[in-house]
Amino acid sequence: MTDSALPMTVADSATSAPRKLVLDKKRVRSRYAAERRFRAYGIAAIAFGLFFLAWLFVTLILQGYGALQQSKMRLDVTLDAATVAPGGQVDDNALRTADYTALLRTALRTTLGVGSDRGERRDAYALLSNGADTELRNRVLADPSLIGKTVSVWVSAAADVDTLIKGQISRDLPENQRRLNDRQIAWTDKLVADGRLEKRFNTALFVNGASSDPEQAGMGVAIIGSLYMMLVVLLTALPVGVAAAVYLEEFAPRNRWTDLIEVNINNLAAVPSIVFGLLGLAIFLNFFGMPRSAPVVGGLVLALMTLPVVIIATRASIKAVPPSIREAALGVGASKMQVITHHVVPLALPGILTGTIIGMARALGETAPLLLIGMVAFVVATPATPFDPATALPVQIYMWAGASERAFVERTSAAILILLVFLIVMNAAAVVLRRRFERRW
Amino acid sequence: MNTIAMKPVSVTNDVVSTNRSPKVISRGVKVFYGEKEALHGVDLDIHEREVTALIGPSGCGKSTFLRCMNRMNDVVEGCRIEGKIEIDGDDIYDRRIDVVQLRARVGMVFQKPNPFPKSIYENVAYGPKIHGIASGKEELDEIVEGSLTRAGLWNEVKDRLDKPGTGLSGGQQQRLCIARAIAVSPEVILMDEPCSALDPIATARIEELIDELRENFTIVIVTHSMQQAARVSQRTAFFHLGDLVEVGDTSQIFTNPKEERTQAYITGRFG
Repeated sequence: MTDSALPMTVADSATSAPRKLVLDKKRVRSRYAAERRFRAYGIAAIAFGLFFLAWLFVTLILQGYGALQQSKMRLDVTLDAATVAPGGQVDDNALRTADYTALLRTALRTTLGVGSDRGERRDAYALLSNGADTELRNRVLADPSLIGKTVSVWVSAAADVDTLIKGQISRDLPENQRRLNDRQIAWTDKLVADGRLEKRFNTALFVNGASSDPEQAGMGVAIIGSLYMMLVVLLTALPVGVAAAVYLEEFAPRNRWTDLIEVNINNLAAVPSIVFGLLGLAIFLNFFGMPRSAPVVGGLVLALMTLPVVIIATRASIKAVPPSIREAALGVGASKMQVITHHVVPLALPGILTGTIIGMARALGETAPLLLIGMVAFVVATPATPFDPATALPVQIYMWAGASERAFVERTSAAILILLVFLIVMNAAAVVLRRRFERRW
Repeated sequence: MNTIAMKPVSVTNDVVSTNRSPKVISRGVKVFYGEKEALHGVDLDIHEREVTALIGPSGCGKSTFLRCMNRMNDVVEGCRIEGKIEIDGDDIYDRRIDVVQLRARVGMVFQKPNPFPKSIYENVAYGPKIHGIASGKEELDEIVEGSLTRAGLWNEVKDRLDKPGTGLSGGQQQRLCIARAIAVSPEVILMDEPCSALDPIATARIEELIDELRENFTIVIVTHSMQQAARVSQRTAFFHLGDLVEVGDTSQIFTNPKEERTQAYITGRFG
């Protein structure tokens, strides 16, 4: 640019007066405005995301916190020896098979002052949970010295009573549209007034297995099933993934075959999870004949799904180890193996663990592949080993979400909250590991 | 710079060109990166217990040649070497040579200080440990102390041996790397521009150290600084475009070069 190319006026002003820094030109103003708009878009996007996240959490907590409590009834049960241990035999089998329901019903009749009318009796019995006898039985099994005494026990009330107390069903409905009739409501109110019916912490939700009675249904089997699966994922995906990644990164020659493998690993990470379920069904169940509904199979399927994530994360963190560290180790005469085991893998470990945990967190929330290998099951007994039938947390949510009883609504939300707690704990662990072991050069 | 340079120069000139026997002999060394020939046949003798400086403009092949002497080029993909390099009469590219043993005999110090992200003690003890040099904890402690002392670092770090080596200053880190290299008692130490990342004071300390180490080790140093070559080395080899142009006593190369290209380079006309 030469002076002659500039218009005279500009050249004149440049020579006569110094250019001012404080300008109120249109261009400057519109540039500032564009910058502000740009920032506003970003803030709006974040606010949009946070709004829905907050909505999700508020809804879940409002709906789910009720499930942490369960209405329980205090009954003075006379554990007479003739019923519990006929013939004076206090052996395990007798204690297990005794008619606890009868004992509870007797106690309930006495408490409510119910006569011999069959309809009245049926209404009264409906206040009691179907699983209340199990609760009493467990109590007696734990302490057989109670036999022959009158004990005050807290047993679960029926889900209908529970929902009434929590105010989830309206008392204003006509009697024929209600699950509880006027007489039952009157009894409930009386029990509450007497301090015999109150909401207590719902241990069953965390301990019990499946049940068609909402008040007895719990996530215990699902939690243990999920933990077993995570264990299987960790024990298979981590070593296999790290070994594959170390080989590909450190030993494999760069040729068409390794390119092909690399492309396929990246593609595997994007395969829909239900396909892995089908694979598991075909291989683990049909070919190897492994047990259905078992966490070990679920874990293996999820491990296949997590494997590409682990490989990719491991390769990335191995690549991030500075070459100067490898040279330093080679320079003092470390063998290739020593360079890898003493330096590269330890330095890559935080990244490997973070990747593994994030992959596992994804696997924990995975439902589709588990549907295909029979983990959508009504499992009552707590699995003792990973080979016993179990369900998983997301599958339990899926099953409860489809249940018709009103009382399952809050339990579904509570189950989602429990799953989210697990996920948050795992992601926090990943962050902590990364912070803790991160090395700087 | 001049005041710092004084001391090593005075020492250097006394001992120049005692013409000891060659420790490393290279004949017709050619290096290929894929199709590209980076070195076109280098014949160079490295004399025992002397400092040999390799100088030349960037990309002339001096670092490539240095890395041939402990086979660090092996890990570079597509790198191929022809010709012969012998250390004490052993061809280091012979099939039967174990590269790990070779690197224990030919140590290396790199351009950028690269201590392991471990404690100072671990940094020095690593080499002796993997080679099984020390028979016990006490012997290892002795080796660590001895190496750090010879690297002139012991007094600065003896109270914090368990602190990470990466927490030291740049010059200290480089001396730690030298201590790490001498801990496995090598015969030859290769230095690839060891001072290029350091300030003048740290550079002067390293140069002094190199001069002291010459008593026990054969040292080959690649440097971009001709003053440094003049200060620390007894022999100098000038590389240009993959050729070894001239090699001779340092004083001769810098005062009376035979080749015109050497003359042009040391007077700063190119490079």
